[in-house]
Parts: sequence; C-alpha cells; structure tokens
Amino acid sequence: MSVIPISYYLVLSAVLFGLGVVAFVFKRNVITVFMSVELMLNAVNLAFVAFARAHGQVDGLAYVFFVIVVAAAEAAVGLAIVVMLAQNRESLNVERMNSLKF
Amino acid sequence: MIFPAILFFVCALLAIVGAVMVILAREPIHSALALILVMMSLAVLYLLLGAEFIAAVQILVYAGAIMILFVTVIMVINAGVEERTDFSKIAKFAGLPLGFFLLLETAHWLYHSAIGAAIANGPGAHAEAFSTRELSTELFRRYLLPFEATSILILIAVLGALVLARKDE
Repeated sequence: MSVIPISYYLVLSAVLFGLGVVAFVFKRNVITVFMSVELMLNAVNLAFVAFARAHGQVDGLAYVFFVIVVAAAEAAVGLAIVVMLAQNRESLNVERMNSLKF
Repeated sequence: MIFPAILFFVCALLAIVGAVMVILAREPIHSALALILVMMSLAVLYLLLGAEFIAAVQILVYAGAIMILFVTVIMVINAGVEERTDFSKIAKFAGLPLGFFLLLETAHWLYHSAIGAAIANGPGAHAEAFSTRELSTELFRRYLLPFEATSILILIAVLGALVLARKDE
C-alpha cells in the first residue's frame, strides 16, 4: 500500500497548483477563471491529504472537509454573481470588467 | 505491490492532462469537463492514500454538486468561445523567462533546503487506512465549533445566492 513516497503526491500537488495559477492568469472568461480557483483548491486538498497520511493524523482530513464545504459555498455565491454579470453585460471577458478602474 | 504505483502514475498523468486541458480549451464547457477529469483522478488518489471518506466527498460534492452547478451556469448563460487577447511585449520577453527563472530557483532552493530534505526523508505513508469513524470522532469533538460555523456559512451562501439571482421588481 505504501510504495509511493509522500513527496510524489506533494510534487503532483505543486504541479496542479501551478497549472491552476497559470489558468487563473491566462484565461479570459469569468467562468474559467473561477474554475481555475477550484483547481488550485483541489491541489491544496491533495497536499493536505498527503501530509495527513505522512503524519498519521486525521486533522488534515478534517481540514480538507472544511475546504470542500467552503468551496461549495463559494461556488454557489460566485456563480450567482456570474449569472448577474451575464444578465447585465454583453461579454464575460474579464478585460471588459473595468468599471472600477480609473 | 506494483499495482498502486501504476495506479498513481496513471491518475497523476490524467490529472495533469486534465489541468492542461482546462488551460488550452477554448470553450468553457470543455474546460469544465476537463476539470471533472482532474477531480475524478484526485478522488482515486485519495483512495490510494487511504482516505475513503474524502474520496467519496470529493466525488459527491466536487465532481457532483459543484461541477454540475458550473456546467448548468455555462449552459444557462450560453458562454461561447472565449476571446483571446494578446499579452504585452514586456510580459512575453521579460515576464516569461523571469517567471521560469523564479520557478527554477525555487525548485533549486527547495531541493537543497531543510524543508525539502524533511519532506523527502520524512515519515513514509502509514500502512493502515484512516477510518471514517476516526475522522468523524475528530470532526464532532475537536472541530465541533468550525463544523457548526460551516453550517451557518452555507446558510448565508444560500441566502446570498438567492438575493443575487433574484429578479428586481
């Protein structure tokens, strides 16, 4: 069961987090930017579970549980905001959302 | 005991391919489906790490509820192909090499640091899986207050989503 070193999971978590950051910066649609946040949260969850496993403690799993719950709440509110944006504007491009800019 | 290793590498590859697909896909719906692939392979990795409950929650809440919400919203607002904008010349010629250099330097530092050594030589994975009973005991004893706080948070999120999505009269 324990043939895979814990560092492999951490490297995978770092790679996924990096890809999430790249997606967050490069994507232009509000929804895909939002999805890349979810990708980063998933990467962090993997690191939590790997560390919990390495130290044999359940606390990491409890934190993952809370992260998932908060992500669900965040998705509900965030997607409601996206629907509002889609109703009030013609485009979902983040570069057009500059009404708070000087 | 070669089977877990094969499973790990297949799932890790699927997760990375899915994450790259999230970036490369032009249509938001393709990004969403690729993200579901990432979440499913992460659920398999959680099973491999012995966290059965978290794997189940990952599939039920993340791949189920949250991504269904994403796909529904994409279909409702009919999000088409996203426009691409060129990024500036400074970003292309200075930003990308500097960012790559920063990545290399961080990796080099981590490789030679005490933290990196502690992670690499640290405690290996424990043999026994986490039991859901153990996790729930922890959740309802030590983390009871945060647990109750999340229920209030979800109530507030539901109210906030309702207020935002309501049509003005």
